[in-house]
Amino acid sequence: MSLPLECYLVVSTLLFFIGVFGFIVRKNLISILMSIELILNAASINFIAFNRFLFPDQLEGFMYSLFIIVVAAAETAVAISIIINVYRKKKNIDVKSINELKY
Amino acid sequence: MEFLNLAPLVLALPFAMFLIIGLFGYKMCPKFAGILGTSVFALTSIVCYGIAIQYFVANYGMEYPKEVLFNFDWLHITENLVISIGFLLDPISATMLIVISTVSLMVHIYSLGYMHGEDGFQRYYAVLSLFSFAMLGLVVATNIFQMYIFWELVGVSSFLLISFYFKKPSAVRAAKKAFIVTRFADMFFLIGILILSYYTQTFDFGILTEVIDGQVPIVHETMGGITLGGLSVISIAVFLIFLGGAGKSAMFPFHIWLPDAMEGPTPASALIHAATMVVAGVYLVARLFPVYSFEAPEVLEVIAYIGAFTSIFSAIIACAQTDIKRVLAFSTISQIAYMMVALGVSGFGGEEGLGYTASMWHLFTHAMFKALLFMGAGAIIHAVHSNEMDAMGNLRKKLPITHATFLIACLAIAGIPPFSGFFSKDEIIVAAFEANKWVFAVEYIVAGLTAFYMFRLYFRIFWFGEPDNGFEHEPHEAPSTMTIPLIVLAAITVITGICWAFGILQFSQFVSSDSLGYAIETHWSIALLSIMAGLIGICVAYFLYFKKTGRPNTVVSYIKRPYLWAYNRFYIDEIYLFITNNIIFKRICEPIAWFDRHIIDGFMNLLAWFTNSASEGTKEVQDGNVQSYAWVYIMGVIVITLVSILNYL
Repeated sequence: MSLPLECYLVVSTLLFFIGVFGFIVRKNLISILMSIELILNAASINFIAFNRFLFPDQLEGFMYSLFIIVVAAAETAVAISIIINVYRKKKNIDVKSINELKY
Repeated sequence: MEFLNLAPLVLALPFAMFLIIGLFGYKMCPKFAGILGTSVFALTSIVCYGIAIQYFVANYGMEYPKEVLFNFDWLHITENLVISIGFLLDPISATMLIVISTVSLMVHIYSLGYMHGEDGFQRYYAVLSLFSFAMLGLVVATNIFQMYIFWELVGVSSFLLISFYFKKPSAVRAAKKAFIVTRFADMFFLIGILILSYYTQTFDFGILTEVIDGQVPIVHETMGGITLGGLSVISIAVFLIFLGGAGKSAMFPFHIWLPDAMEGPTPASALIHAATMVVAGVYLVARLFPVYSFEAPEVLEVIAYIGAFTSIFSAIIACAQTDIKRVLAFSTISQIAYMMVALGVSGFGGEEGLGYTASMWHLFTHAMFKALLFMGAGAIIHAVHSNEMDAMGNLRKKLPITHATFLIACLAIAGIPPFSGFFSKDEIIVAAFEANKWVFAVEYIVAGLTAFYMFRLYFRIFWFGEPDNGFEHEPHEAPSTMTIPLIVLAAITVITGICWAFGILQFSQFVSSDSLGYAIETHWSIALLSIMAGLIGICVAYFLYFKKTGRPNTVVSYIKRPYLWAYNRFYIDEIYLFITNNIIFKRICEPIAWFDRHIIDGFMNLLAWFTNSASEGTKEVQDGNVQSYAWVYIMGVIVITLVSILNYL
């Protein structure tokens, strides 16, 4: 037997809000990056679930989740390099310390 | 040779000279620039004479037509609003061509001697060319807007010449004063033009002054019957135009700039502030004379009264001045007022239009003898290095040519036959006698006063006795470049007078209000009266100033107060200063400035302060903390989502 669509959606919603929560409250840049990954994965799960349940004979949803994984990988690479540079400048990776771009 | 085809040269040559001497003059040797300007202007004069003579000869004895020699659209703004530049030839513009080219040529020659060795000699000649160009353009204007353009150009060149010695603060002040006062009057002129052309839909003089059956159709049909505040629009428009003319022609109360304008070089005063530019106002009224005569006779009457008042007012002042150029300046005002009076009392057509003819004739003769007087004064100033009468006296042996020519001019202006001034002035007095006895009485007194102050000047300079402190150095006669123009102008004064006396080439055969020549009889009864007035004036002057005596002081002690008033020019300048400083500046401008600084600027400052403090208060939102941005963003998305869900439900 297979689980109904709502279960998948509940999981992805939880995952999304865990990601948002992490993004807002964590101070460590790496943790924030990981939270973003959670948000992306929540989106991926949505794509796959909808594809599986609504259009079982089509593949667009799977394709999108693949895209998301690729983009996430690239984005992580860029983000990590930025974080390394921040670390070299500030000797820490606290998000509070990079607030120069303001009024 | 067909001179009429050369008409464009009349404007082109002086203008080219202005550009060439103005732009490259500093590279030329001064003498070359002067001779270049003079010789090219001599060519211009020949063309002017040719045009005028051919015009008069071709139409002698017939009705003089208004010939447009060329006319091209200069500014094509809309279908109705076209400003053209052209060349209108009719009796008065032909007369003015002769006057301007003669006087201007004489001044060009005279200046070679008078301005010799001055700094800015080339600049002087450049501006002189500009003035000649502008003045010729003014008199040949085919439409009122062209006239206005050149009107302003003569104003500018007058400004430049008055401030020629711009290192002297008084010259700069005088130039500013002249420019501002005439500009102020020109504002009325412009408003008048706008009113007139708004109704008639044309600027063209040919259309504006066309007379049919005792009225000017274009003005009568478009403006007749329309009133504004109880006055007819025609009267308002032509009166405003006259005010423009009053500014240039130094009529009371706009006369204050002219005496100060004497700060300029004397030949420039002779040309601009005696002979040509200042009569532009008279010319303007004469140009629009049919409109005044038929459509606004009440304005013409006002002009007569203003003229009469100005003439006696400035004649009285002239009696008390001690600076010889100022005496001449006030005399100029008085004589121009004479011309205005003549126009004011004139009717239209034939003998009725005697005043019109007399006005133009007086303009002609006055230009010649007043230019002569100014140039004579220049020669005297050249000799004694002072404008004040106290530095002069007993100069007749030392300056024989100046003395003789000055005497001729004085006799002419005093109205002694057979010099030209007698005839022109006599006709004005006759015209006034026939139209208005009050004006006649005033003009009659002025004739006597004129003779008195001119001969006061003459005796004081050439007889009287040497000044108390002696001369700075021995006065000597001016060089021939200066004396030749004097002789030429004196000859013109004598010859035109004699021609009139014998009825040869009578002026009224050429210039009349309806362009038809007619013959004038000299009215000997009135003529004898005016000769009497002149002789009395001369005798009084002789009694007081022929020999060095205490008589002038005795007379002054009897009339101390009036003398002081006249000496201080009736405090008109002070009244102007009071009005501008204490009323306009203090009571009007300063409150307005305060309003601008505090209310208008204050409102703007308030807005700026408000914006500033609002952004100060809200700038903390952008604190650079990514997580707080994300927080706001997420909350926003949630709220919007909830709202749309609620809506959907």
